[in-house]
Amino acid sequence: MTQSRYRLAFELYPYRKVAAQDAPVPERHPIVVVGAGPIGIATALDLAQRGQPVLVLDDHEGIGEGSRAICFSQRCLEIADRLGCGAAMVEKGVVWNVGKVFHGDDRVFEFNLQPETGHKNPAFINLQQPYFEKFLIDQVRAEQNNGLEIEIRGRNRVTALEDRGDCIALSVDTPDGPYSLHADWLIACDGARSPLREMMGLGFEGRVFEDNFLIADVKMTADFPTERWFWFEPPFKDAGQSALLHRQPDDIWRIDFQLGWDIDREKELDEANIRARVDSMLGPEAQYELEWTSIYTFQCRRMERFRHGRVMFAGDAAHQVSPFGARGANSGMQDAENLAWKLDLVIRGLAPEDLLDSYSEERVFGADENILNSTRATDFITPKTEISTLFRNAVLTLAHKHAFARPLVNSGRLSVPCTYDGLSLTGEDRLAGGPARTRPGAPCVDAPLRDGFLLDALGSGFTLLTLNTDAPETFAEAGIDVARLALGADDDPTGALSARYLGQAGTAVYLIRPDQHVVARWPAFDETATRAALRRATGQE
Amino acid sequence: MALILQPNIPDQDGFYQELLAAHDGLGKAESDALNARLILILCNHIGDREVIAAALKAAK
Ligand SMILES: Cc1cc2nc3c(=O)[nH]c(=O)nc-3n(C[C@H](O)[C@H](O)[C@H](O)COP(=O)(O)OP(=O)(O)OC[C@H]3O[C@@H](n4cnc5c(N)ncnc54)[C@H](O)[C@@H]3O)c2cc1C
Repeated sequence: MTQSRYRLAFELYPYRKVAAQDAPVPERHPIVVVGAGPIGIATALDLAQRGQPVLVLDDHEGIGEGSRAICFSQRCLEIADRLGCGAAMVEKGVVWNVGKVFHGDDRVFEFNLQPETGHKNPAFINLQQPYFEKFLIDQVRAEQNNGLEIEIRGRNRVTALEDRGDCIALSVDTPDGPYSLHADWLIACDGARSPLREMMGLGFEGRVFEDNFLIADVKMTADFPTERWFWFEPPFKDAGQSALLHRQPDDIWRIDFQLGWDIDREKELDEANIRARVDSMLGPEAQYELEWTSIYTFQCRRMERFRHGRVMFAGDAAHQVSPFGARGANSGMQDAENLAWKLDLVIRGLAPEDLLDSYSEERVFGADENILNSTRATDFITPKTEISTLFRNAVLTLAHKHAFARPLVNSGRLSVPCTYDGLSLTGEDRLAGGPARTRPGAPCVDAPLRDGFLLDALGSGFTLLTLNTDAPETFAEAGIDVARLALGADDDPTGALSARYLGQAGTAVYLIRPDQHVVARWPAFDETATRAALRRATGQE
Repeated sequence: MALILQPNIPDQDGFYQELLAAHDGLGKAESDALNARLILILCNHIGDREVIAAALKAAK
């Protein structure tokens, strides 16, 4: 009964028996989230902060041991920041800018990412996934103390589900035996193997990469630089097709070896074998302890649709990518923020249920972009044919000498959020000369203001951002309030705001969604157009 | 700019000789690698994705 499938790094929600387990009639909840991984918790937090009571069920009592994700992107940190726990992540995380690329023994080139300035959050940080998750759970605890209704039940495993039309009936197994629950809405964040997806008989199509990755997190006190080192065809013994060395907090280094398909897992996981590989990478003098090791295989696949009536899938349950480019958790966080405001409006009766279909539309679009990117990186790192090996090696040879070839080297592109170009909720672009990066569908780009940063000023509802122009302070359409954020030249000490939102234009009005994506933009306030855009963005057209 | 498929290289015979001479003394693998590098360099020089796409099509 509810056997543990993995060891815990942090025990954070120990099992406690609740009254609902003995209730004669199943308890009914407006929202049940299955899975207390990063995506389930982020979704629950966002909904709770919007005033929705949320119940989270997880079949463990805390966060699994071992860092899976280590690289968290700017957009992901911005979302965490809105939820209240981004600063803790950035403080704990490691910021890096220098990367080195090797091909065999040769150092091909070195890059310094020198991120664009004028953002509250760094372009990315390295942080062990258990910390990332722990900061989210800490935020849950803080919100509980603030009186928000968000509950996590550990060792509560969902074993069956039935769609009753007006609700979802769940069977939940616990150390004290099974019980039933009813949910108006169910959010499945139960990971890549998603038992809920299986229970509903839904497919998960895509491409399996015939490859195994050995991951070793080692603790080194020696002075190793805070850089990302990536090897194509590494020169050290039995290192496989590629290798990666990357720093995390607490003097931990992530080492990845790409081992190929036909391997003996047991043998490869043997400590002596792992040490032989690591020794040959770090050199014989290196002193280190093995913190955690594991072998993974990867797939690039997704569900056809992420919404099935009252059940929405998010995170790895809905889509899975190869690790190159760090897009798993980073994109799952965008699922969470996309879904939360929509479900909130639907439950409040301010938007039709169809709005939830746009969650699927937009995040399927995002998943396809991520799958495309990580598939391309995988194909570069592990060429599948003689000719692709030839071109890959030609790129690496040229990259030594010629700058033009360096951008072609693909050891994983950093995760950037997608722009919902041309999708159902995206409105018109009437701003002649407006910057492409903030066009309708794009997530707002941060910019420093006189006090603080733009994204903090946006808040979490709909916003009408006006630059150097007038508009009503507030207005409402179909019960949805829009708050105005009026900014002018005085608020833009660095010029970044104007460069990012005005471009060639002198004035601008942006309608911005609760998840900080741009709905539409105009040179001046146009009431009829704004109302139409708002209806469109809430699924009412 | 459209892909040029009309004669465009001055001194054709000289060009052709130069192209082959670059492969002198190379084995098959080295020659293949040289060709791959050459293609990448030329594509970068062209820089125009439409022209490159038209060239790929014309070469098929
Ligand atoms: C080696 C590796 C490296 C990675 N690197 C990165 C990276 O650098 N950046 C990045 O963004 N992503 C990365 N990822 C991906 C990232 O780890 C995942 O995308 C992320 O964990 C997905 O979170 P999730 O909440 O969707 O699912 P999970 O973290 O898998 O959580 C699912 C939860 O559901 C629970 N559960 C399952 N079944 C049930 C049930 N029946 N009842 C109740 N609860 C249940 C599980 O116990 C678990 O707690 C990496 C992954 C791997 C493997």
